[in-house]
Amino acid sequence: MRMYSGNPDVPDDVFRDVLIQIRDFVRTRVIPRENEIMSTDEIPADLRAQIADMGLFGFAIPQEWGGLGLDLVQDVELAMELGYTSLSVRSMVGTNNGIAGQVLVDFGSKEQKSRWLPGIASGEIVASFALTEPGAGSNPASLRTTATPDGDGWIINGSKQYITNAPNANLFIVFARVRAQTDKDPGIAVFLVPGEAAGIEVGPHDHKMGQEGSRTADVNFSNVHVGADALVGEDGDAGYRAALTSLARGRIHIAGLAVGTAQRALDESVSYAASATQGGVAIGDFQLVQAMIADMQTGVMAGRALAREAALAYQTGEDRRIAPSVAKLYCTEMVGKVADLAVQVHGGMGYMREVAVERIYRDVRLLRLYEGTSEIQRLIIGAGLVKSAKRKLGS
Amino acid sequence: MKIAVCVKQVPDTWAEKRLRPADSLLDRESAEGVLNELDEYAVEEALKIQEAHGGEVTIVSMGPERAVETIRKALSMGADAGIHIVDDALSGSDALATSAVLAGVLKDRGFDLIIFGSESTDARMSVVPAMVSERLGLPQLTFAQKVDVNGGTITIERQTDYGFDSVEASSPVVVSVVEKINEPRYPSFKGIMAAKKKPLETLSVADAGVAAGSVGTGAAWSVVADFAARPPKAAGTIVNDEGAGGVKIAEFLATNKII
Ligand SMILES: Cc1cc2nc3c(=O)[nH]c(=O)nc-3n(C[C@H](O)[C@H](O)[C@H](O)COP(=O)(O)OP(=O)(O)OC[C@H]3O[C@@H](n4cnc5c(N)ncnc54)[C@H](O)[C@@H]3O)c2cc1C
Repeated sequence: MRMYSGNPDVPDDVFRDVLIQIRDFVRTRVIPRENEIMSTDEIPADLRAQIADMGLFGFAIPQEWGGLGLDLVQDVELAMELGYTSLSVRSMVGTNNGIAGQVLVDFGSKEQKSRWLPGIASGEIVASFALTEPGAGSNPASLRTTATPDGDGWIINGSKQYITNAPNANLFIVFARVRAQTDKDPGIAVFLVPGEAAGIEVGPHDHKMGQEGSRTADVNFSNVHVGADALVGEDGDAGYRAALTSLARGRIHIAGLAVGTAQRALDESVSYAASATQGGVAIGDFQLVQAMIADMQTGVMAGRALAREAALAYQTGEDRRIAPSVAKLYCTEMVGKVADLAVQVHGGMGYMREVAVERIYRDVRLLRLYEGTSEIQRLIIGAGLVKSAKRKLGS
Repeated sequence: MKIAVCVKQVPDTWAEKRLRPADSLLDRESAEGVLNELDEYAVEEALKIQEAHGGEVTIVSMGPERAVETIRKALSMGADAGIHIVDDALSGSDALATSAVLAGVLKDRGFDLIIFGSESTDARMSVVPAMVSERLGLPQLTFAQKVDVNGGTITIERQTDYGFDSVEASSPVVVSVVEKINEPRYPSFKGIMAAKKKPLETLSVADAGVAAGSVGTGAAWSVVADFAARPPKAAGTIVNDEGAGGVKIAEFLATNKII
């Protein structure tokens, strides 16, 4: 039985105003600057300041800690709005609200939360999620960064790669091995490592295919000392669980983003099809073009329904494992197809820089890779279903 | 400093607007209602003055039930309280009636500064600020692109064709602002939450001290006798320039009696 009675912290009428505002902000203040963001590979400082003032760095951080406190049902609606423009803008606030921030929200102690969350919610602190390593991306359980006890604290050694927002991070949420991996126990713990800690070296930022304005980099930890208060959760077990939980929630958010971007690609295509002509005929009058638009619209609507459904199932606790993967898999694959069709509808124009669908085509490619590749989502879904069927047979 | 900002809910600037066939009034249901753009600048200016000089900012709006959303928006930007004048009798009011109602509400409340946007995007008349100041017997500092508050002296800068006018008056005064004046802030999420809890007074025409018979369509000094949709754009004439393009253009202009 599903019971969702809304978010007591953010009632529907308040949330409605928030959504209207975000939509307006995206359309009037961000969209006009998409090409500036792309060509400078930077979010302009004044835009970042507006985003921080508005409270976007903390939309999913509980109010108790200075955030807005959206639940996932609301988060996914917001994601659809943010997905409508350059994804790097979302990425700037994404780690604070999502994978990094949620580890603290779900697993941090009261002291840890009060030290970090208010700054994360206001945007004064940029938090990065440092899990992936060379050779340990899809299979993070095999990661090799270590944390060894030292006095009452820990010493961290190892290298992470592709870490979003690392170049300006004030806090790294670092996953490190504290024990050898066994079948039952991945042996991974998670640590809060201040960005200024001695021994951290952030490499030059990566040159990516898309999402200009968002930066990733390698992060090296050599003999980085942290206190006992840096360990998240009382025991060393919390870490890996934290990673998985944080990622599952994030998958639904990404599904929402994908839907938002697909909607944009569709809107751009429909208006282009209605106005561009060949031999005096609007290209939108050609039925083959209409078919592309129909496929795009169908994908967008199916994705939107699925993202909402998965968010609801997550929020009510009905399904926090299969549904997030289903939503991420479908919606990110869907937006890949929609972006491809959008370029097709635009013809040669779709291949040109500064045309929105060209950027979208590159931006969305990432969605199928990070926070679990499409293959990994399929494994989670398939293995999860078979496992529960076997369990039923066994009982 | 007690500041009032008068704001209006208008149909979304970009939406297609329609008149209602029944009474020739703007169909406000047909488009999303938004806070009139120039009024956002007025609210921003009030908040800036409040930040620098202290005091209280009250939002005043006359409009149908849903105009309360517009007041809320201004409250979420940071204003302290709202006054909403809502009355069935008000439907179809012209600028004269609107100014009478606003003046009725504003007088006797001790405002030092009453700020307006210089025009609304739906009617574009720019007369209400002047009418209100006249009714209240207050000096009017209109079309300000800069406002300075120095004790009880308010100075504004107004751009004209030949330079700047610097106009000064002692408070209380009525000021209207143009969009050059500032960059309106975005409400923060916290502002949106707080706005729900701020005091909002709802008044009728009678509360404003105005007779119901002197407002609304019946009392309007101008009426829409008839209206028709703008004809669709006719297809243009395409002239292929095969050497005689200039002549053809001249002929076209001559036929249309332009030259
Ligand atoms: C722009 C960007 C930002 C990122 N941000 C972050 C971040 O902030 N923090 C962070 O920790 N990480 C981040 N990542 C890392 C990202 O999560 C990983 O790249 C991703 O999980 C894939 O891991 P990998 O790159 O090692 O690829 P691999 O795991 O090597 O994958 C290569 C291919 O093999 C497939 N594959 C792998 N294992 C299996 C299997 N068991 N069965 C079937 N197929 C398999 C994959 O699906 C893929 O097709 C980011 C990556 C990018 C590109």
